[in-house]
Amino acid sequence: MASSLQRIVTPVLDPEPGIDPAAEAGLEPASGYRPPADPRLAVSVRGLTRAFASNTVIDRLDLDVPAGQFVVLLGASGCGKSTLLRILADLDTEIGGDVRVPARRAVAFQSPRLLPWKRVWRNVVLGLPGRPDRARAAAALAEVGLEARAEAWPKTLSGGEAQRTSLARALVREPELLLLDEPFGALDALTRLKAQDLVWRLWRRHRPAVLLVTHDVEEALLLADRALVMKDGVIAHSVDVDLSRPRDVGDPTFLALRADLLGRLGVDAPRSVA
Amino acid sequence: MTSPAVVQAPPAEQRAVVDGPPVARPAALPEARSGVAHLVPVVPSSTRRRTVPRWVRRPIGPLLLLLLWQVAVWTGTAGTDLLASPATVVRTLGHLTADGELGGAIAVSLERVGKGILIGGIAGISLALLAGLFRTGEDLIDASVQMLRTVPFVGLIPLFIIWFGIGETPKVALVALGVAFPLYLNTYAGVRNVDAGLVEAARTLGLSRFGLIRHVILPGALPNVLVGVRYSLGIAWLALVFAEQINANRGIGQLMMDAQEFQRTDVILACLVVYAFLGLAVDAIVRLLERGLLSWRPAFSGS
Repeated sequence: MASSLQRIVTPVLDPEPGIDPAAEAGLEPASGYRPPADPRLAVSVRGLTRAFASNTVIDRLDLDVPAGQFVVLLGASGCGKSTLLRILADLDTEIGGDVRVPARRAVAFQSPRLLPWKRVWRNVVLGLPGRPDRARAAAALAEVGLEARAEAWPKTLSGGEAQRTSLARALVREPELLLLDEPFGALDALTRLKAQDLVWRLWRRHRPAVLLVTHDVEEALLLADRALVMKDGVIAHSVDVDLSRPRDVGDPTFLALRADLLGRLGVDAPRSVA
Repeated sequence: MTSPAVVQAPPAEQRAVVDGPPVARPAALPEARSGVAHLVPVVPSSTRRRTVPRWVRRPIGPLLLLLLWQVAVWTGTAGTDLLASPATVVRTLGHLTADGELGGAIAVSLERVGKGILIGGIAGISLALLAGLFRTGEDLIDASVQMLRTVPFVGLIPLFIIWFGIGETPKVALVALGVAFPLYLNTYAGVRNVDAGLVEAARTLGLSRFGLIRHVILPGALPNVLVGVRYSLGIAWLALVFAEQINANRGIGQLMMDAQEFQRTDVILACLVVYAFLGLAVDAIVRLLERGLLSWRPAFSGS
């Protein structure tokens, strides 16, 4: 598994196309930057800028995500966290700066975005090279507990089932980087807990680097190796979550971290219920 | 019912008085319950009304109309030389079918409309795809089509006669023209209205441009294309009726023109019935097509 990061070509602001050879050679750092212990990175961002008209949403942002790390990106609504995710997914290329991501990456969006005219299993293997591979789809669906729904139309799935299908569709690509844009946002509380647990188990088995965008601090602390808080267009705060898994929401360290993160997100009053 | 805050239950023997007429309550409600006097029963729709089934109700209107027509002819309100009775029309249909005249005419008309639909369909859909999928295509095609579609196509008949003569060509061309515009408009709208979220998701799955068109855009546009097909088939018959007034020496139109010469309203009406049934048959085929092709659709189908 070669860890070659793909540079996102920026046709608007960056006239130099193609893959930078530096990307292959261990990502020579910009000034003042120390690489982490694992030399392989799943995301490397330097000086990223994204502006909508005169409104600069992301302003000279730097970010490194080591391979296999579960990173949760928190931030108030409109802080640019979803924009960052879209840039890492190569869906938004009107950017300045240097962004490198693996060639094998996958996205699960807030809404499942399944093609309604394709049966569940065909949705899962859509875009994979070669003929649609039923067995491969079945294996991926089995991982999310949906092997029985392989032949169903997406319209017949419940919200949780559709979101799990979307996860299976992301994982069947064996991504080195899995981008999750509030994938539990539209689920009810119970389904949400199950889905979080599922994501955690899938991550443990496949070990992609994960960037999960959310505004739910508790969710972040249940899942993350590292929690990031985005503010004013940059990563304003980064905290390593050194808690054993599975995690306990009643743990004092957990609660302290939670209060700290909520404070940084501008919620000062400690809440007793999430 | 005006004070729902009062939940105190009246004793059972008093309830009848409080409730008002017992007729309002369905028999299925258990009588032994207390504390429900202020509640309104939710009546299951199955017990609500014994209604006539829909398939019986639907044809009543048209049948009444037919009856009215027949009565009008019988009573002499409409003279038989102006309007043949339904019975006469059915008899005429029988005669025309028996001597093979109608069958031949239908075959000729179907050929005209079929050729027109084929040519107009290919033209309309391919232009719409070019305009819908490519920005350059849109710039080159869309403005012209939007301009031309405002011209009433029937108004082009004189021009078509000058260009194509009075043979089959102007008739087929008129049908093709009538078919092409609704198909173009609906297909183009369908392509442009494909959910951007799905297109984005498909891009993250690594679909090529061709794959995107094949797996996302074309299936996404299909419901609109089929709306266009149904609409344009309706127009096709309309265009055919107009086209067959141009010196038709064969086909349903010719039958009608001859009937006009001899004041045979029964034949004219029989031809109109044939047009109507052909239109219905074609519509049914498209419905069948929709059922097969759009079974994935979570659309509301009426209650």
